[in-house]
Amino acid sequence: MILFVLPLLIILVYSFIERGTYGELIYSFTLENYQRSFDPLYAQTLWRSVYIALVATCICLITGFPLAWYMSLQSESKKKLLLALLIIPFWTNFLVRTYSWIFILRTEGLLNNMLLRIGIIEQPLDILFTETSVLIGLVYTYLPFMVLPIYVSIEKMDNNLFDAARDLGANALKRFTKIMMPLTKPGVISGSILVFVPCLGAYITPDLLGGAKTLMIGNLIQIQFLSARDWPFGSALSLIVMAFVLLLLLVYTKYTNDFKSQPEESNM
Amino acid sequence: MNEYYLHLKQIRKQYGDQIVLHGVDLAVNQGEFFFLLGPSGCGKTTLLKIVSGLLVPDSGSIFLKGSDITNTPSHLRDVNTVFQNYALFPHMNVFDNISFGLRMKKLSSDIIRTKVGNILELVGLPGFDKRFPHQMSGGQMQRVALARALVNNPSVLLLDEPLGALDVKLRKQMQSELRNIQRELGTTFICVTHDQDEAMILGDRIAVMHSGNVEQIGKPQEIYNKPNTYYVCDFMGDCNFIKNLTFEAVKDNQLATSYLGVQLFSEHSGVNQPNSIGIRPERIHLAPANRPDNPENKSSNRLSANVTDIVFSGHSHQITCELSDGNSMMVRVSVNNNVFLPELGDEVHLSWKTSDSILVHI
Repeated sequence: MILFVLPLLIILVYSFIERGTYGELIYSFTLENYQRSFDPLYAQTLWRSVYIALVATCICLITGFPLAWYMSLQSESKKKLLLALLIIPFWTNFLVRTYSWIFILRTEGLLNNMLLRIGIIEQPLDILFTETSVLIGLVYTYLPFMVLPIYVSIEKMDNNLFDAARDLGANALKRFTKIMMPLTKPGVISGSILVFVPCLGAYITPDLLGGAKTLMIGNLIQIQFLSARDWPFGSALSLIVMAFVLLLLLVYTKYTNDFKSQPEESNM
Repeated sequence: MNEYYLHLKQIRKQYGDQIVLHGVDLAVNQGEFFFLLGPSGCGKTTLLKIVSGLLVPDSGSIFLKGSDITNTPSHLRDVNTVFQNYALFPHMNVFDNISFGLRMKKLSSDIIRTKVGNILELVGLPGFDKRFPHQMSGGQMQRVALARALVNNPSVLLLDEPLGALDVKLRKQMQSELRNIQRELGTTFICVTHDQDEAMILGDRIAVMHSGNVEQIGKPQEIYNKPNTYYVCDFMGDCNFIKNLTFEAVKDNQLATSYLGVQLFSEHSGVNQPNSIGIRPERIHLAPANRPDNPENKSSNRLSANVTDIVFSGHSHQITCELSDGNSMMVRVSVNNNVFLPELGDEVHLSWKTSDSILVHI
């Protein structure tokens, strides 16, 4: 417990103190670090991070939901195989996997070579070191975190419910919106949080695939700590991100609690 | 041509190599409480799902009120189902569950509220609108499932083992309620069950199914007392069988056979090549060996036997007797002051009426 709380406390203290000219810490109280965080220059990075994390989450949801659904429809043995395939990438080092995307996406990379050979494009695409390549990297890394909770919530569902809805006159669209969506909502929400939170704080992926242009908040914090030696400012930035994530989790727990406590009230 | 309310013609269904239904023909009348009875795996649930439209038959056709609904998708059929494990929507309260079908039909909310209120009254759950499925007992969920299907006022209500998950006492109670509701509404009910007692108690007619075929259709009394096949006879209740007999026709449309040195008589029935007799345990009359000729007893079939076992089961005694060839016969004697009760090892006379001999081919 101490090991968990102590670093957080240190960061909390750092975020309220000043930095000396050579990066040394001056212990006098200030809010300047927080003010600086919302300076347009940094706010832009924060906003970009939220935007990229949001888009990555949406792409994961749109691709992950059908994938999870497809998996749940397979035979038991095939389900196991697909689940294993989903998890296998985690056996390899994250850094190595991200580097390999550079080889795929770069100008003379695998993707461009293939597309050129097939004749779909005439000029190689400049995907690497753009927002797109960061998004590809993030979606690739975090898709399983979206698929697994959704898969679990679909598996938990009683298939008879679809038959019942069909029997009561619901067409395919109604069966999806009235039965599938509400019942998989917990899975979708936890999947989205599991993707959004690490995407927001990601720094290796944007560092390797985003180049200098696509700076995300994770990179900014990293720079403050390692290059700029501005630990107080870095601490303030990380606490802002943390506050943001906490707020999100709070909304989530409140929402899920509402969902559960509703029945209890009417029981009275 | 189709005077029947619901008519199934030559329904076939196959899963891979396994034939589940071998061309089933079935006709159900309007307002009837019809049972599909059989052990698990006999195809009864598959047949029910084909009527509901949740499964499509490989061949054959379904007529409802004279129109062909074979290719009508489930959600457009005027048929509703009460599912085996209720399949209530866990994220909706009772009101939303019951009104689901009505909302799909886009009825006005006033009408929906009235209809849901009425149906909750009918199934004995007034004021339960706001409950969620997980807050209710099995019996209550059962009623909600029934209400959810009935509120749509379907032409045919299908019930898939509706009482299977309830304990015995509750099942008895629900049986009579189900019967009352069916009579009150006059809706055609088709119910799948493996419980022959339930089928006999509730059913106007029963179709006994066996490995993808309908073995016999008829009123409960017919099915129980005059089964066409050994399978139906055995499935409908306990029965003593005397096997490997040869019959010859005698007077009054009767068949006679000799067994252990006596003549046994039975009435000629439609059964092909009968070679055995079945006798229900409660049809056998028991008399002490020293005064077998009770003048009231007009039974023409008589055998003597030794009592080997007596089991008391509340409403009756179950007495096992051994014949001289080692065959055992089970006799059920209702618990009654005047009835003769033998002791273990006693020699007794068994007798039964000619009309109680069930001819079967084994």
